Amino acid sequence: MTATDRSPVATSSAPGGLVKSVVELDRVVIRLAGDSGDGMQLTGNRFTSETASFGNDLSTLPNFPAEIRAPTGTLPGVSSFQLHFADHDIMTPGDAPDVLVAMNPAALKANIADLPGGGLLIVDSDEFTPRNLAKVGYAANPLEDGSLEGWQTVSVPLTSMTTDALKESGLGKKEAERSKNMFTLGLLSWMYHRPTEGTVRFLERQFRRKPEIAAANIAAFRAGYNYGETTEAFAVSYEIKPAPMAPGVYRNISGNQALALGLVAAGQRSGLPLFLGAYPITPASDILHELSKHKAFGIRTFQAEDEIAGVASAIGASFGGALGVTTTSGPGISLKSEAIGLAVMTELPLVVIDVQRGGPSTGLPTKTEQSDLLQAMFGRNGEAPLPVIAPRSPGDCFDAAVEACRMALTYRTPVILLSDGYLANGAEPWAVPSVDDLPDLTPAVGFATEPNGEDGEFLPYLRDPETLARPWAIPGTAGMQHRIGGLEKADRTGNISYDPANHDFMTRTRQAKVDGIAATLPPTDVEDPDGDARVAVIGWGSTYGPIGAACRRIRRSGRSVAQIHLRHINPMPADLGDVLRRYDRVVCPEMNLGQLALLLRARYLVDVESHTQVRGLPFRAAELAAVIQDAIDSTHGAVLGADPSGGGE
Amino acid sequence: MSTTSSHAAEHVHDLGMPGNPISSAIEASVATQGEKQTVLKAKDMKTDQEVRWCPGCGDYVILNAVQSFLPSLGIAREDMVIVSGIGCSSRFPYYMNTYGMHSIHGRAPAIATGLAASRPDLSVWVVTGDGDALSIGGNHLIHTLRRNVNLTILLFNNRIYGLTKGQYSPTSEVGKVTKSTPMGSLDHPFNPVSLALGADATFVGRAMDSDRKGLTDVLRQAAEHKGTSLVEIYQNCNIFNDGAFDLLKDPSTGPMWTIPLLHGEPLVFGPDGASCVVRDEFGGLRIAETSQVDAAEVVVHDAHRQDPSYAFALSRLSTQDLRYTPMGVFRSVQKPTYDAMMAEQLDAAATQSPADLGALLAGSDTWEVQ
Repeated sequence: MTATDRSPVATSSAPGGLVKSVVELDRVVIRLAGDSGDGMQLTGNRFTSETASFGNDLSTLPNFPAEIRAPTGTLPGVSSFQLHFADHDIMTPGDAPDVLVAMNPAALKANIADLPGGGLLIVDSDEFTPRNLAKVGYAANPLEDGSLEGWQTVSVPLTSMTTDALKESGLGKKEAERSKNMFTLGLLSWMYHRPTEGTVRFLERQFRRKPEIAAANIAAFRAGYNYGETTEAFAVSYEIKPAPMAPGVYRNISGNQALALGLVAAGQRSGLPLFLGAYPITPASDILHELSKHKAFGIRTFQAEDEIAGVASAIGASFGGALGVTTTSGPGISLKSEAIGLAVMTELPLVVIDVQRGGPSTGLPTKTEQSDLLQAMFGRNGEAPLPVIAPRSPGDCFDAAVEACRMALTYRTPVILLSDGYLANGAEPWAVPSVDDLPDLTPAVGFATEPNGEDGEFLPYLRDPETLARPWAIPGTAGMQHRIGGLEKADRTGNISYDPANHDFMTRTRQAKVDGIAATLPPTDVEDPDGDARVAVIGWGSTYGPIGAACRRIRRSGRSVAQIHLRHINPMPADLGDVLRRYDRVVCPEMNLGQLALLLRARYLVDVESHTQVRGLPFRAAELAAVIQDAIDSTHGAVLGADPSGGGE
Repeated sequence: MSTTSSHAAEHVHDLGMPGNPISSAIEASVATQGEKQTVLKAKDMKTDQEVRWCPGCGDYVILNAVQSFLPSLGIAREDMVIVSGIGCSSRFPYYMNTYGMHSIHGRAPAIATGLAASRPDLSVWVVTGDGDALSIGGNHLIHTLRRNVNLTILLFNNRIYGLTKGQYSPTSEVGKVTKSTPMGSLDHPFNPVSLALGADATFVGRAMDSDRKGLTDVLRQAAEHKGTSLVEIYQNCNIFNDGAFDLLKDPSTGPMWTIPLLHGEPLVFGPDGASCVVRDEFGGLRIAETSQVDAAEVVVHDAHRQDPSYAFALSRLSTQDLRYTPMGVFRSVQKPTYDAMMAEQLDAAATQSPADLGALLAGSDTWEVQ
């Protein structure tokens, strides 16, 4: 049923003399799909946690509608969660599922096209009622009309088996039905040999104030597990061995969690109180939620009246010596533009986190996109340069957050960190860093406490000759009183200046300060294990996984390809132009209409070929592999007999 | 604001985070050798910057009043921060020898909120105008007031857009003829005091630019108030809206139309105390002739009433042509401040479970690969 089916490695006897076999797999992609109210995200997250603690490598793709509860049983209300787990290092949540669990006809209809022929389909037969079928336009019941013959379809009355299992619980029928997701999780946990203690502990914790609900969910979960063990419907269970990973302590982490923890760490390692000014917006709100839990670290979270107040309050906090942060997404970044310009002008540290989503306007709130890059680069009035960086995976969001804080403090500048919806909600195993190994950010703080002028005065715009950063003197520091603001500043004194030469000088200086960061960045990291690639693929942000998986396929097919993935988008590494010019062709996949490609072409005069997609979903590795193969073969001639489109990652 | 002289004499800053080592970098920066310099004169508050308001502008009078008054609070200059938005009034910080930020249009209350919430040790002031505070920044103003962050907002109301050369503002009277409203403005003005009280502001006052004594008195009470204070200052724009407040300023008409608000005093005003304020039959207030009512019926001003309805009713006595304008402190009540409560939550969290970054990063579910 997946890449590497192997023969049964064991058989076991279940109660009743049923003989079950165990098949070993190297990887599986499961997609759980149901109604928004069915708890598919929770089920997916629990299966992910079980899988992480078992030691598989994994990658997840939650996909849900913006509506909290779209009308029950309709196509717009379908919510899904895809999990890819393996006994080896993987980079994506998988192009297509091997197993689809459909909790109702809408979930089946919305997802069946993605399930390759022969794949395993598990459906809740109780939900295939005439009324539910009619809601999504099924004229006949697909469970009965033969239309699902191309798949291994297993119909299970998940709902009624759940209510049967909970007959003694004292819960009403409706309430008991709500545990069907835990029954399903139990069944899947049996099928894939997942450890169950974590889920039991989780349910006890989650419902500690409602012990009867906790008990019902645990009972449903166990009933699902036992059903798998005893039923004849599933004769096979599967084993996916733990993946070899570098020694260390691991946890499962989502991008938003990692971002929040990175900010906490940066606050601790800089010795500054962290201040988050934020307005709730999908999919960035979870960073606000996470940081709000960590007040013990001196973190102040301020839920502002709007996006503008979110960033403005962070600027005010930074003026007072805090590490000011604001988080947003979609139209929120537009609303913050003016205030970010103020931070550019006042040269105060500020970290702006934009968890990108589909746009323009309200766009696709819960879907991913990379279309804010040019806005981050240029979306302010006037010449308003600032550093832009992007994380490449959920766990990498931690390092990117620390790096954004380091740059903001060192250069007294706003920094935009571009995450996206896929990174924010996706999860992967993360090697927990040791606190002592985190960078020490205290040298980047260095509050000014002594006048720096020749006549004993304080000059707020007299710069550090190396970084071009201006001194950061905070209120409360005697003798350093000064005024800053959005009007153009005179060099050195910071007084209002309308002098033409001064404006020209200050505009160029602000640009030079940001450009100068390039000299401190590591050289471009090129991944070309064969060392003879003539085609390079360049990307940024969350496309790292799909591009990396595509490159592996290409290399397995006997071709060479170089992968370049940018952490720093502004400024870019100093050697990037030279690196790109070494290749015959450069391909740039992006989830926008070619924004990085535009920058690269303009800056380096390299004929970068853009490959784009804005479907609200990450790229499929197979699709990118085909694009890269075409680039290689059309330049250098095809490698006979090698097809990179199939196989694993 | 926390501006008692005992506070000013302290030179070790209480950042509202006792025992919290997080702010050590800030504590180190603001630590002062010896006593803070808190004995200051008006000239100590001036900067070397040339004041660039139009000659005759009411802003000069307010600036002089503030520069003369601030030293009496006994706060060191470095512990004061003035944040402004955009407009004529918002140039104010450049002329004050304190910390200052001349920010962006309408956002000063939001910037000041971030500053005051994270630095409860500072005396934070916002200087804004009618366009800045009530038009583009209206949202920030009302939310700042309802949160009760510890800061003082000076709203210079000249009932016109000055810096953009004379368009009508959200406090201009209906029918105002300006460049943008040649046939007269159509929208009804905000009464800033009513608006602030509607947002449940804990301190709301009103003063006249030219009335040094009255202005200083309201400013002092505002500065001493813990929480958000809003002071509306009627300010003459002699270029685009000259004489806007003459009805109240002119000695021949002013006493007739001005209702002085003195806590604990009966609301009697006008020449020979001919007019007074009494309750109307709907629970609001109305103007009466003193000779026509029983003395017991005259309302005695109580700025400390928790229910803002009374102060709101006071604010509604005046009309858009400024007749029956109460001047002074409408409301001054105590409520916990946002910044203090925020600091308490941080302390409580740190006491419950001390910060441990290593434990936080690891979370509750880890596994080890050997």
